[in-house]
Amino acid sequence: MEPQEIAEKIKERFPDEVIDITSFRDQVSVIARKERIVDICRYLYDDPHLHFDFLVDLCGVDYLDKKVPRFEVVYHLYSIKYRHRIRLKAQVPEDNLRIDTVTSVWAGANWHERECFDMYGIVFRGHPDMRRILMPEDWEGYPLRKDYPVTGPEKEWPGFQEVLDKAKAFREFEWKE
Amino acid sequence: MEGINRNQPPSDIRIAPELHTREITLNMGPQHPATHGVLRLVLELDGETIVKCTPYVGYLHRGTEKLGENRTYLSALPLTDRLDYVSSMNNNIGYVVAVERLLGIGPPERAKFIRTMVAEMGRISNHLLWLGTHALDVGAITPFLYVFRERERIMDLFEGLCGARLTVSYPRIGGVRNDVSQKFLDDLYAFTEEFPGRVDEYETLLTVNRIWLKRTKGVGVIPAEDAINWGLTGPTLRGSGVRYDIRKFAPYDAYDKVEFEIPIGYNGDVYDRYMVRIIEMRQANRIIRQCIEKLPKGPITIDSPFTFPPKGSLSRKDKERFNKDYYSRHFTLAKGGPKEAPQGEIYVATEVPKGELGFYFISDGTGRPYRMRIRSPSFVHTSALPRLCEGGLVADVIANIGSIDIVLGECDR
Repeated sequence: MEPQEIAEKIKERFPDEVIDITSFRDQVSVIARKERIVDICRYLYDDPHLHFDFLVDLCGVDYLDKKVPRFEVVYHLYSIKYRHRIRLKAQVPEDNLRIDTVTSVWAGANWHERECFDMYGIVFRGHPDMRRILMPEDWEGYPLRKDYPVTGPEKEWPGFQEVLDKAKAFREFEWKE
Repeated sequence: MEGINRNQPPSDIRIAPELHTREITLNMGPQHPATHGVLRLVLELDGETIVKCTPYVGYLHRGTEKLGENRTYLSALPLTDRLDYVSSMNNNIGYVVAVERLLGIGPPERAKFIRTMVAEMGRISNHLLWLGTHALDVGAITPFLYVFRERERIMDLFEGLCGARLTVSYPRIGGVRNDVSQKFLDDLYAFTEEFPGRVDEYETLLTVNRIWLKRTKGVGVIPAEDAINWGLTGPTLRGSGVRYDIRKFAPYDAYDKVEFEIPIGYNGDVYDRYMVRIIEMRQANRIIRQCIEKLPKGPITIDSPFTFPPKGSLSRKDKERFNKDYYSRHFTLAKGGPKEAPQGEIYVATEVPKGELGFYFISDGTGRPYRMRIRSPSFVHTSALPRLCEGGLVADVIANIGSIDIVLGECDR
């Protein structure tokens, strides 16, 4: 099935949920509201003519000062049987960073969602194990947000002077037979 | 050992009722020789059986996605070398193919064939390293010594081609960096002549080896539906019997002009994944042969603001006029790259030796990607590790980690 047809089909089924359909170089994105995202995913998985059984990728995007709502969660879906693709995007506003998990549809979404939480702070409701994954557990801030600084503060590591002193002491050490 | 269910203790062992048994937690890694890098697993054991397996990743996180957002499309290329450092050539190609698709340009015919050729060399070198380390983990030391003999030859060929052995950065947006020499092609042809015989040698060591069969048959079984549901790709998915290969279904470069077959397994166990990769090496060898034979003449890069043609391809007449242009363009490219790319978003996947490597670019019209997402196969495969390990034995964890072929540099990005 052509991507445009699939997008129309989703719009037909969920007229209130789909906000927009965009297309670039034969790749079609369906932008949807986040409230019924699991229903949409379940429909895409179960429909015999669509059968999107393969979640290729799930990631977040931060559109700081570019778009409102600020965040988007992007689902790349593929059907192994019919070999068609679609991109689904759910809008997540900054004041309510919550969206339902799709781990019940695709088990592979588990770590992708954890990474999305780790990098953007988007919480997936109903996720079996919502923890940070790549960053340390006590890390502050969400690194892939656009307002997260690329370089750190100009602060010296507290142990640095100690290392320098030790190195100096070792240099002055006199080796004896 | 015949006839014993490996997942349950033999029934004739009586445990004294007054003894308490409880589950123990075992930490494995991050400094463990068989975890292929810095993977840490926390295993909850009931005797020898694994009740729960929790992988911890992130020790190699370098923020490649964030770095990519702050670099031009050209200068982010070397970052992709460091994702999967075992097959950096394939990562580079995955990146440039994605950027080319975004910019709406394509490489010339000759570059396509060169890329396909070097990508398959990368695949062979990756699978050789995988075979050596996987067999070493499971207990066969000999293949490890043999595979490095062939891998070394591919490394030498890469070195002759572009000067680097591991982090090659050889492909370029719109082509490749430099042309292949006749000597390179001759050496590569000689390699392809003898490589199938070498694969036969590895197979005599492993394929019908009784110990190998015992360690791999029926271990880490994942049926096709589960494998798809967990998002597995590449040889790991094909081992479960799913015929899915991006080189065939969405061809890039010259994969639609060469003939090859996709090997698939039936049982979805460690042995089938091993067999798929072994046959894939033979098919890769076949693709390299066809590329050498069909290699067309012509330019190796296209003319676009994102590329500059190599000096050697010019006629003498144009040289003087071109030289000025060449250096000024080189300066612009190195300084900040072109200031604009088409606005839009694109997801492009390529088949790297480990699975499906996808790049998702969101371009806001400037010379830098607004968002660069890397969908790495190792990350997804590691997430499915509990599914493979739970219910099995401790010793099979090692076989499972080996069979999904992960590199933590790519997993953590």
